[in-house]
Amino acid sequence: MEFSVAEIQEAGVRNVSGRGLRRRLFDYLGWGLCALAFLLLGSAMMWILVVVFMRGVSALNFSVITHVTVGTGGGLLNAIEGTLVLALGGIALAAPPGLAAGIYLAEFDRGRLAPTIRFMADVLVGVPSIVIGYFGYVTMVVALGWKFSVAAGSVALAIISLPYICRTTEMALRQVPRALREAAYALGAGDGRVTMGICVPAALPGILTGILLALAISVGETAPLIYTAGWSSYLWTGHFTNEPIGYLTYVIWSFITEPFESAHALAYAAAFFVTLFVLVISILTRMVLDENAGWRRLRPWERRKA
Amino acid sequence: MKFRRFTALLACLGVGIVVVIVSFLAIYAWPAIRLNGWGFLFDNSWNLGQLYGTPITVHGQQILPGAHYGILFLIVGTLLSTLIALTIAVPVGVGAALFLAEGMPPFFRSWLSFFVELLAAIPSVVFGLWGYVVVIPFLGHHLFPFMASWLGFIPFFGGSTGSGYGLLTAGFVLALMIVPLIAATLRDALVSQPAALREAAVALGASRFETMRTVLLPATRRVLIGSSILATGRALGETMAVLMVSGNALNYLPHNIYTPISTMASFIVSQLDSALQDPTGMAVRSLAEVALVLCMISIVVNGFARLLLYYEGRQRARLA
Repeated sequence: MEFSVAEIQEAGVRNVSGRGLRRRLFDYLGWGLCALAFLLLGSAMMWILVVVFMRGVSALNFSVITHVTVGTGGGLLNAIEGTLVLALGGIALAAPPGLAAGIYLAEFDRGRLAPTIRFMADVLVGVPSIVIGYFGYVTMVVALGWKFSVAAGSVALAIISLPYICRTTEMALRQVPRALREAAYALGAGDGRVTMGICVPAALPGILTGILLALAISVGETAPLIYTAGWSSYLWTGHFTNEPIGYLTYVIWSFITEPFESAHALAYAAAFFVTLFVLVISILTRMVLDENAGWRRLRPWERRKA
Repeated sequence: MKFRRFTALLACLGVGIVVVIVSFLAIYAWPAIRLNGWGFLFDNSWNLGQLYGTPITVHGQQILPGAHYGILFLIVGTLLSTLIALTIAVPVGVGAALFLAEGMPPFFRSWLSFFVELLAAIPSVVFGLWGYVVVIPFLGHHLFPFMASWLGFIPFFGGSTGSGYGLLTAGFVLALMIVPLIAATLRDALVSQPAALREAAVALGASRFETMRTVLLPATRRVLIGSSILATGRALGETMAVLMVSGNALNYLPHNIYTPISTMASFIVSQLDSALQDPTGMAVRSLAEVALVLCMISIVVNGFARLLLYYEGRQRARLA
């Protein structure tokens, strides 16, 4: 069989353009699916935010922040106070060992101890928060006899936030130029002076960002508090043990299943406060610092779901 | 020298809590472990026994008459809900990562990435609230009946759809919670691939999408696997959102994907109150055994994923 040159060329063009069309269609289809995946995520995010903020705002009124909870009604003053006390207590407990671990990993990353510490911190991020809560229950609440209390709740939150403070501190310190350290050592400063006098001040914004993020995580936690902090409708009287304390996330999960409108309103208001707090901290750290700050300072897989 | 020792000591005190957690749970659960044996993992009955009966002695442990602790339904519920979450989250995460890494102008890229990452910052209990208030009525009244009538020929998709609480709802909410993790990790890996790879593919005539699909995605395969396993660990231990949407079934194995379930993490929250009614304390100890099993699974899963990502990171550092 013979073909003219024109026939061959035509066939070739048809073939090439056919393949080109298929490739182009495949490209569009691929990008379309990717865009769809992204849209799905984005719209779910918007849906959550709209539900929380619309219902939250309509549930807000002045008495929500001035009154304590009465049964399943009243206000959230006790819960707001309790959340702040527990979260700040947790940070206060987690900061010293967390900072120390971060400093050790960034400054003295030699020998066998540093990998061990890093491994343990990684494992700690992976321990489910309810396991930490249950651990707190059997040890502090029962065995030590603290009952449901600020102390037990704060320790549970401290265990949760410790690996974050460690990680963000390490990352912040690693950004400090090596020359700074070398200059300080050359001037005869010891480890303590170089770290605390030179490196930590230089890395302070990053370190504080990490602590803020840990605070945001603590505010959003529920599972570790249910069996350590308990619940109370009264304001905290200042006892660290033997006195349960309320917190916002408890209101969200337990009041929404109550049959009363007032309870639902409180749950929405609590969700509004918690979400707003977490988002504001996330956005602030992002805006104040560069793109590589904030959540991004953690390797993505290290962010624990609160 | 002193400062270094001091930080080392403080750091060890801090992260050493992992060892303390595991050992205390093990010590506390030990009587339950002795009593329950392997049946704990393979029996499908969680029964506190007669709460007002006289305690009897079995294997040297005081328990209530009729008490039996088996958590097969929890293991099945936990694994299935995680499996469903992964089935949804991995494709969506890959698609979103590709789109964020290459599919949009650089100006939007960082802000939209941040937007997706904010999803990871939303607390679990808020996901639960959203699921409870909005998603369950929507799925239960509209989507599930529709799916059951149109997809009913596929095994486990047909049958009664219940009220919306259940396996698929839990899997869906879990998927949303773990997608940002997969998408963000993969996006970072895609962006940081050497430019030479991209240039070589384009020089061979590949379009942008073909470059992604045939060169960059295979190059980041290990990151995808590692982040998916980490996401698995997260989904296995997720508590509050699952507690609010799963239906908290007891001693019940799912017969289709709409069936109510319980997971190990949510079971600990929902059952401690009733476990405390047991005067012998064996129920609380058995719950500690649940926590121990969950903790061990999470540690193994996380350790494995980190090992993978660690090797990947080393390889990338060597290439760079």
